Amino acid sequence: MKENAINMTCAEFQAQLPELIGSGEQIAEHPHIRSCALCRALLADLETIAEAARQLFPIEEPPDELWDQIELAIQKEENSPDRG
Amino acid sequence: MPHSKTQTQVPDAGAQSPAEQTAAPASELRSAAFARTKLPSAGEAEALVQAQAGDHHAFAHLYSLHKRRIYSLCLRMVGNIAEAEDLTQEAFLQLHRKIATFRGDSAFSTWLHRLAINVVLMHLRKKGLSVISLDEAMDPADEDRPGRSFGARDPSLAGAIDRMTLTRAIDDLPTGYRLIFVLHDIEGYEHNEIAEMLDCSIGNSKSQLHKARLRLRHALRSSSRQEARR
Repeated sequence: MKENAINMTCAEFQAQLPELIGSGEQIAEHPHIRSCALCRALLADLETIAEAARQLFPIEEPPDELWDQIELAIQKEENSPDRG
Repeated sequence: MPHSKTQTQVPDAGAQSPAEQTAAPASELRSAAFARTKLPSAGEAEALVQAQAGDHHAFAHLYSLHKRRIYSLCLRMVGNIAEAEDLTQEAFLQLHRKIATFRGDSAFSTWLHRLAINVVLMHLRKKGLSVISLDEAMDPADEDRPGRSFGARDPSLAGAIDRMTLTRAIDDLPTGYRLIFVLHDIEGYEHNEIAEMLDCSIGNSKSQLHKARLRLRHALRSSSRQEARR
């Protein structure tokens, strides 16, 4: 990390944050994060949100009628004179 | 494909695979392909071969195995039940048309997942969502701007996010934010894959994901404050 990173303002650090997060760097070791409680809190919240999103397993159940509609649409396509 | 005269009963495939039940590590923001690389379910390989040969019951079984994942994906991407049902139907219709072309270069679930995403993106493009409108939709609100996105006295979100609140906050995101957040943070796609899908730059994908998370943070903190006042 650059030497001037320690003198960054919060705005400057946060402007770089998307790229830092996307790069997979150890942001916790960034000089600004080590010295700034506000940006540490921001980063912790973003980590919490990303982690919570990972826990959103696909549990939504489509209605039973959906298969009937799909089956009907398949039959319709197969019986279409344009087919083949 | 042969059809029985009566409509095919779809067996219940169970709620989650072992892959879905395993939580990803908590320590990193960067995603892995945790959600879409689903372990093959029991009977999937056989059903796939049979469905490719035109067996309608086998196709119904594949539907039962993958309906939750595909419906959930559509629902999260569009945030609307009626649209999600239509898109799920369209995805499985396309699957029916294309299943014989699946050659096994990737896992079937990955292939189907990508097919469904393309169906949703096509639908959104028809509705007028382009990269330009993505940028417009993502015009940063006050809370997204550096320096305005947090307050020192607010408590941390750790341990304060419940599934329902997060789901509601994601549904309330503007379409462009929601798309990138769902694709990256929930579905586990990398920025280069998202950039290709959405026809935008990798930098744009990173920046919009960050804005989406900031927007969610603001929404979740507001919700948390409201709860605290009750």
